Amino acid sequence: MSTTAITLPTAQPGTLTRTLRILFTEMRFEVIRALRTRAFSLSAIGFPVMFYCLFGLIMNRNENISAGVSVAKYLLGGYAVFGSLGAAIFGIGIGVAMDRSAGWLELKQASPMPPLAYVLAKCVMAVVFSLIIVSILTLLGIAFGHVSITFPEFAHIALFAAAGAVPFSCLGLAMAFLAPPASAGGIANLIYLPMSFLSGLWVPIRFLPHILQTIAPIFPTYHLAQLMYAALGAPSLGSILSHWISLLGFTLIMLGVTWLAFRHLEQNS
Amino acid sequence: MTAVLESAAPTSASSSPTPSSQLQPVAALAHITKRYANGVLALDDISLSLHPGEIVALLGPNGAGKSTAVKLLMGLSVPTMGSVRIFAADPRLTATRLRTGVMLQVGRAPEMLRVREHINIFRGYYPNPMPYADILRAAQLDGIEDRMFGQLSGGQKQRTLFALALAGDPDLLFLDEPTVGLDIESRRGMWAQIRSLAARGKTVLLTTHYLEEADALAHRIVVINKGRVVCEGTPGEVKSLGYASTTRASGITASRTLKIIHCSTTLPAATILAIPGVTTADTLGATTTIQTTQPEQTLRELLALDATLSALEVSSPALEDAFLALTSSQPS
Repeated sequence: MSTTAITLPTAQPGTLTRTLRILFTEMRFEVIRALRTRAFSLSAIGFPVMFYCLFGLIMNRNENISAGVSVAKYLLGGYAVFGSLGAAIFGIGIGVAMDRSAGWLELKQASPMPPLAYVLAKCVMAVVFSLIIVSILTLLGIAFGHVSITFPEFAHIALFAAAGAVPFSCLGLAMAFLAPPASAGGIANLIYLPMSFLSGLWVPIRFLPHILQTIAPIFPTYHLAQLMYAALGAPSLGSILSHWISLLGFTLIMLGVTWLAFRHLEQNS
Repeated sequence: MTAVLESAAPTSASSSPTPSSQLQPVAALAHITKRYANGVLALDDISLSLHPGEIVALLGPNGAGKSTAVKLLMGLSVPTMGSVRIFAADPRLTATRLRTGVMLQVGRAPEMLRVREHINIFRGYYPNPMPYADILRAAQLDGIEDRMFGQLSGGQKQRTLFALALAGDPDLLFLDEPTVGLDIESRRGMWAQIRSLAARGKTVLLTTHYLEEADALAHRIVVINKGRVVCEGTPGEVKSLGYASTTRASGITASRTLKIIHCSTTLPAATILAIPGVTTADTLGATTTIQTTQPEQTLRELLALDATLSALEVSSPALEDAFLALTSSQPS
C-alpha cells in the first residue's frame, strides 16, 4: 500500500455509519413531527376510522359479503388501503409541496444531508401511519364488529398496508413536484376521494357500474385492495402476482414522473 | 484547471496574478451565464470570487440576479455557461457541502420540531459539528431551545435558521437576508457574530436589502444589476463610485475619496467649479452642494474665497444613493 495515497480524507470509515445515522434521525423526527402535527395526524387517522365505524360497524351490521366473511371484515381491507392512501397523499403530497414552497426543501438540499434521507423519511412516516391505522381499524372491528380475524390474516393486511404506503408515497411525491404548491390541497382531495371510490374501497367493486369496473385496474388502490381481500379470505379479482406487478409498475412510473418534474423545476430555478 | 479571473482585473489574463487573487479563492463564479428555460437571462457573464476571511455583500434590486448567483454557488442550480467552484470543487459534492453553511429565506420550517431538535438534526449531518452550546450562544437562542419552531417569533425563527447555518462549523457561509425581521439589538448581535466568524478565517457571502448592513459589515460590496456586476469595492469605494456616476462627468470614476460639502455661500458656481477637485456644484435655495474628490484642498480654497461662508457640513456619500445611482444608471 502506498503511503502517499492516504492523504485524501474523503472516504473515512465512518461515512457509512454517519449516513445511516442521518437516515435514522431524519426518519425518527419525521414521524415525531407528523404525530405532533395534530391537524395532520388526527385527520389522517380519523378519516378512515370514522368511515369504517360508519359503513363497517354501524351500517351493514351482521351482514356477510360471502360465506364466512362479514361486511365489517371485508371493509377492513378497503379502509386500510384508504388509510394508507390518505397518509401518503396528505403527508407527502401536501407536506413536500409545502416544504418546497417555503424554501425548506432548498435548505435541506443545500445541506450535506443525502437527498434520499429526506424521501425515505417521508416514506417511513407514511408506512408508520398506515400501520397505526390498520391496527386501530382491526381493534375496532374485533371490539365492535364481531370481526373474527386470525393473527396471520392481520399480519398480512398490516404488511400490505405498509407496503402499499410506498407506491402511494411515490404518488404523493409526483404530486408535490408537479402541482403548484398553492393548489396541493385541492389536488390531494381530487385524487384521494375519487380514487378511493372508483377502486372499490368504500363500495365493493361489483356494485359499481360496469364501465367503472373496467377502469378500476388503473388505480394502485384497486390492486392493493384485492390483495387485502384475498388475505382476508374474501372474494377478490385477478391474480396475486398481477397485483404486485401493477403496484411495482405504478411505483416506477411515479418515481419517473417525480424525477422528470424535479429536473424540470431544477432547470427553471 | 483554469485560472479564475477577477472581474476587476480583466487585463491580467495571461500575466502574473494580481495581489488580491494570489490567495486561492474560497468560492468563484467564472464567466457565468444563466438563462432559464423560459428565456429569461438571469446572469450575463458574471464573475465573482470570495477570499478567506472576507465578508462580501451582494447588493442589487429585486430581479438583479442575486438569488440566482447564490443558488449557483450553493449548487442548487446549474449555469448555462461558465464554471462554479467552491473550495476548487463542484458545489454539489457532499464534501463541498460539509464545508458550507446556508441560511435561506425560509418561510416555514417544520413547525412541530423544537429548536433543539432542528439544531441537532443539522449537526448530525457533519462529522465535526460546532458544539451545541456554542451554536446556541452565537445565535442567541438561550432559553427558547425547547420551543416548537412554529411558536417562535419572526426574529427567533430567523436566529434558528442562522443556527442551522452554523451547525457544521463551516468555512463558507451563505446568508440570504440574514437579519430580516430582527430587532435592532438582535441585528447587532448577529453582525457581531458574523464579524467574529470572519475574524476566525471564515468567508461570508451575504445578500441584504439593508444598505446600512452592507456598509457596517462587508469588507467588499458587489453591486449587481440585470445579471451583471455593476461595481465592486469596499463600502467607501462603492459610495464614491455611485455618487460620481450620478454626475454627467464620466472621467472621474476612479475617485476614491469623494465627499459632499453642503454650505451657504455667495460664490458663483463657476468659481467653485474652478477649485481643484470639485466635480459638481449645485445651488438650491440657500444651500450649495459641492462634490469633490479633494475635500481638504477644496475646503481650504472655499473658506479663503468666501469669508462669509456658513452652515458648513461635510459628508460621505450614502450607500443608498450610490446604490440607487449604480442600479438605475445602467442602460437597459
